[in-house]
Amino acid sequence: MPAFDQPALDTSPKVSDEIRKTTCYMCACRCGINVHMQNGKVKYIEGNRDHPVNKGVLCAKGSAGIMQHYAPSRLKAPMKRVGERGEGKFEEITWDEAFGIAESWLRPIRETNPEKLAFFTGRDQSQSLTSWWAQAFGTPNYAAHGGFCSVNMAAAGIYTMGGAFWEFGAPDWERSKLFMIFGVAEDHDSNPIKIGIGKLKANGAKIIGVNPIRTGYNAVADEWVGITPGTDGLFILALIHELFKAGKIDLDYLSRYTNAPFLVNGDEKSPEHGLFLRDGDGKPQVLDRATGKPVAFDKKGIKADMAGTWRHAGATHRPVLQLMAEKYLSPDHAPEKVAETCGIAVDQIKRIAAELAHVAFEEEIVIDQPWTDWKGEKHAQMIGRPVTFHAMRGISAHSNGFQTCRALHVLQILLGSVEVPGGFRFKPPYPKPVEAHPKPHAGVNPGAALNGPHLGFVRGPEDLLLKEDGSPSRIDKAFTWENPMSSHGLMHMVISNAHAGDPYKIDTLFMYMANMSWNSSMNTGEVMKMLTDKDASGDYVIPRIIYSDAYSSEMVAFADLILPDTTYLERHDCISLLDRPICEADAAADSIRWPVVEPDRDVRGFQSALIQLGSRLGLPGMVNKDGSAKFADYADYIQNHERRPGVGPLAGFRGPDGTGKGRGAPNPNQIQAYIDNGGFWVDHIPEGSAFFKPWNADYQDWAVSRGIYDAPQPYVFSLYVETMQKFRLAAEGHGDHQPPEHLREQLKTAMDPLPVWWPPFEGTLVDTAEYPYHALTQRPMAMYHSWGTQNAWLRQLHGANPLFVSGEISESHGFKPGDWARVTSHHGEITVPVVRMDALNGKTMWTWNAIGKRAGAWALQEDAIEAKRGFLMNYLINELLPERGDGMRWSNSDPITGQAAWFDLRVKIANIGPKPDGISLPQHLAQQSPVGKGPKNVAYGEDF
Amino acid sequence: MTALPAKTAKKLGLAIDLDTCVGCHACVINCKEWNTSNYGVPLSDVNAYGAAPVGTFLNRVHTFEAKSEGCNAQTVHFPKSCLHCEDAPCVTVCPTGASYKRSEDGIVLVNEDKCMGCGLCAWACPYGARELDQLAGVMKKCTLCIDRIYNENIPEIDRVPACVRTCPAGARHFGDFADPDSNVSKLSAERGGIALMEAQGTRPVNRYLPPRPKTDITGEGKIAVSAPALAPGIPEPGGFLGWLDKALEKL
Repeated sequence: MPAFDQPALDTSPKVSDEIRKTTCYMCACRCGINVHMQNGKVKYIEGNRDHPVNKGVLCAKGSAGIMQHYAPSRLKAPMKRVGERGEGKFEEITWDEAFGIAESWLRPIRETNPEKLAFFTGRDQSQSLTSWWAQAFGTPNYAAHGGFCSVNMAAAGIYTMGGAFWEFGAPDWERSKLFMIFGVAEDHDSNPIKIGIGKLKANGAKIIGVNPIRTGYNAVADEWVGITPGTDGLFILALIHELFKAGKIDLDYLSRYTNAPFLVNGDEKSPEHGLFLRDGDGKPQVLDRATGKPVAFDKKGIKADMAGTWRHAGATHRPVLQLMAEKYLSPDHAPEKVAETCGIAVDQIKRIAAELAHVAFEEEIVIDQPWTDWKGEKHAQMIGRPVTFHAMRGISAHSNGFQTCRALHVLQILLGSVEVPGGFRFKPPYPKPVEAHPKPHAGVNPGAALNGPHLGFVRGPEDLLLKEDGSPSRIDKAFTWENPMSSHGLMHMVISNAHAGDPYKIDTLFMYMANMSWNSSMNTGEVMKMLTDKDASGDYVIPRIIYSDAYSSEMVAFADLILPDTTYLERHDCISLLDRPICEADAAADSIRWPVVEPDRDVRGFQSALIQLGSRLGLPGMVNKDGSAKFADYADYIQNHERRPGVGPLAGFRGPDGTGKGRGAPNPNQIQAYIDNGGFWVDHIPEGSAFFKPWNADYQDWAVSRGIYDAPQPYVFSLYVETMQKFRLAAEGHGDHQPPEHLREQLKTAMDPLPVWWPPFEGTLVDTAEYPYHALTQRPMAMYHSWGTQNAWLRQLHGANPLFVSGEISESHGFKPGDWARVTSHHGEITVPVVRMDALNGKTMWTWNAIGKRAGAWALQEDAIEAKRGFLMNYLINELLPERGDGMRWSNSDPITGQAAWFDLRVKIANIGPKPDGISLPQHLAQQSPVGKGPKNVAYGEDF
Repeated sequence: MTALPAKTAKKLGLAIDLDTCVGCHACVINCKEWNTSNYGVPLSDVNAYGAAPVGTFLNRVHTFEAKSEGCNAQTVHFPKSCLHCEDAPCVTVCPTGASYKRSEDGIVLVNEDKCMGCGLCAWACPYGARELDQLAGVMKKCTLCIDRIYNENIPEIDRVPACVRTCPAGARHFGDFADPDSNVSKLSAERGGIALMEAQGTRPVNRYLPPRPKTDITGEGKIAVSAPALAPGIPEPGGFLGWLDKALEKL
């Protein structure tokens, strides 16, 4: 027996030659990372402890960055298609040739009809650049991915309270005592939420998870509400019902900070019905409790009377709060009425309402911090209600998503828990009222820029983007009567509309970082046909496709021209206050990426390529007077572009001496200053400005000083969204802007200015006896979309995606381990492996999204498990609803914003027993890989 | 057979909080990332881009469903790595002396120069915490990041295992279980830390902090009451407006 023998160890080995600090890009979380370099290679990536987003931690994705950076699927050079679309046959070309081809397509479009270019970007974080570019080009057809992601959440938040979750704001993790999380894709804002949950747990706070699926955050929640998909709004309105019934609403907060006291015209025949009573200056009126007379809502020193009414011009005007009480006290919203539909016990609904009220009102937090509101009134303390909420796609990707998200925001506001200690807190540049956002624009002039920003927030029917003949101005039909408030556009409709030539044909489809031929489209099988479809003369129906990606994705195979992007460690980026910044509730912050490794391939950061293409096309803002390029590349733009005088992409280290915060002339050393500071910049909000931001005079002044606003923008929250009522009035026949007849009823129902719930559309149009079940997808925490490669390490965690089927369905269909299922919707069918899961709503099945891959993509071997066994639910989902028998096809989306209703899917399931070949259906012909296949084995770290 | 030290000065190990672990796998991948290019041979991935990739990991997260009568099914994420047992059967079974337990801190390590890849230790470990690297033919296991925790080239605050440094939810804690006043000893005492599969007699050092009881209900009348029920605040006859008027008067 060997004796006890312990070798001497070097416990202080060298870690690396150098640490380079940049920003992660393995998802949209945007954490700070320390990249350890040794011998010019990436050795280790860890979280940056100083960074405001992740404070040192790093998730599985970020930790797998090495495999992303050195992935075999990286594109190597620009390419032009030489085979048929979809085959994946390409020829490498030079950048000069690539730009030449792109220019030869785009210049004639711009000179004749810029709308023939549809430019849509995916999940990138450079929308402030790409939208500026598209505006300069002059096409109205630009948007990013929000339409198929979470526009309902973002738009409902902005219309209701001037901000929403994630980059707009976050729970007060330190002080909150009760946290409810609804339908959160586990990759969204993932590290901050995990850090926050850790803090809540350490503080003994209670977490309630509302989700049909009990994984991830819901697994650690103290209480799980296994709700029926698509009924969150109904559940929330029942909570509101209970709070109204018990009088547990924050009246002081509502009267000061919301439009609860605004007087609303109650004359149903009036063209002003449902609109606010306004004075000569256009200011909404409230009743002054002292005089009983209407006064401007923002008059100093008044106390609003929400209990009274006012007769004016023959119409009774009632405060918003009374309309809400009438609506939500209705027995239709009682827990007893909704429990069965929601799949939640009556007692559980009642108890959760009681807990919300108890924590909000009996456990209030008081901070001895004086502050002054925008009317000049001084407050000695800051009173907080420590109840917080968070939600994301699970509640928003339904055809009732916008109103559901509104309902959740209204619930937080009724509890007085927004922008208070312990509650939900905005992150700069939010709060920002609708009025401070642009309206959408689509004014096209050949050879010239668009007449304004593409995306924005409509304020009434007059802001819709319609041509003179009433047809949509945009290829995706955003901002039309079908979906009037589509603030993020409808990227998921672009390919099918372009293929159908409805509303018009386009010439070139230009996309970036969006796997639209695969997991990012509904109806994947048909979309691939649309991309490859040819007309009678043998030309592609969608004539030209330019695509930019860093990796050999499924979408690459369908493009005619490929602009190869870099990996995230090889590029410049700015995570800008003009875009989706990384601010915290206590601080403004932004950050950069910079090439911590130089590319070893003939690739360019897409944003640099876009700027270079723009200057070749002579786009305004991208060329000097002599026609020469204004910016050499993206880094040059980041440092020198000014959106308004003194305000540019990066807020930190501005001005010639680098001391400017938010405002200041361009600084030639700005990027180096960011690098020296760890890749980011933080500017803390003064303590007295940290809460009540929309109404806090000190915060407003600070925001102006930092260039966030040009003048203070105080406002009140919109429990009642008057803009929506304007669309309803139009639907009732009032006004000059009139919807088509077939949309009047939908508009009357959908555009309710107070949150309502209706059953998800698909479920009302299919026979639910035939399709009794719900089918969902979510992404695992360890993987994000399909915007990176299929990572060698991460694919070992989630390489296969079984269909998880509830215990109830497993029992009724006799599923045994190893069985497969045929799952059928009104639209399609898939054959997939099944795993039983009991921590799941009984009527629901689900799978991980975007795990299934097309054979040949991502430099995987063709027998990769993702291609053979993995599958997409997308085949079952149509972008159109089942036919209603009215001769029209209606979109499978939210009728307010157009958000894709992914989670309305209804299915039936059949047990087909074991499937010995282990191959899921449908299968597609493999695409050729333009970059070859990955190596058989990997042993990373041998060199070190 | 290889001998264990008679006593170790410290008992370094992990306290893993199952109430907080959301199953994100951050610890799994950050461990892989650190250890593939540090102590010993790389952690290889065989068939890395093929049909069935098989990689070496020193730490994995398993997900279980827990079902019991009258409760909703629960999902439990269970991170598993070497527990650095005091009576480590993986050490005593080793025929070459490659597996050993350090006398100063109790960390169980493999001296790769002596390892012949026989795999006996993996068979002996009741936890499945050791993996034979398929390419190198060498046994790999958690080192508690021996090359981090004493490393003078690393800032002091970061001298913890990579999995602890990276855990987003703060579910992993590192310390000395021999010291009753250490963070991990106190946490374990407060939360009823569990020694995994105690009956095996391996005397594991790591502790698992169990999930707190859930407050789910499964049907009517089985409610865990954590707040007083809401009484109607609005008297039926006066209605909402009457209540509102009075309530506003009090503001």
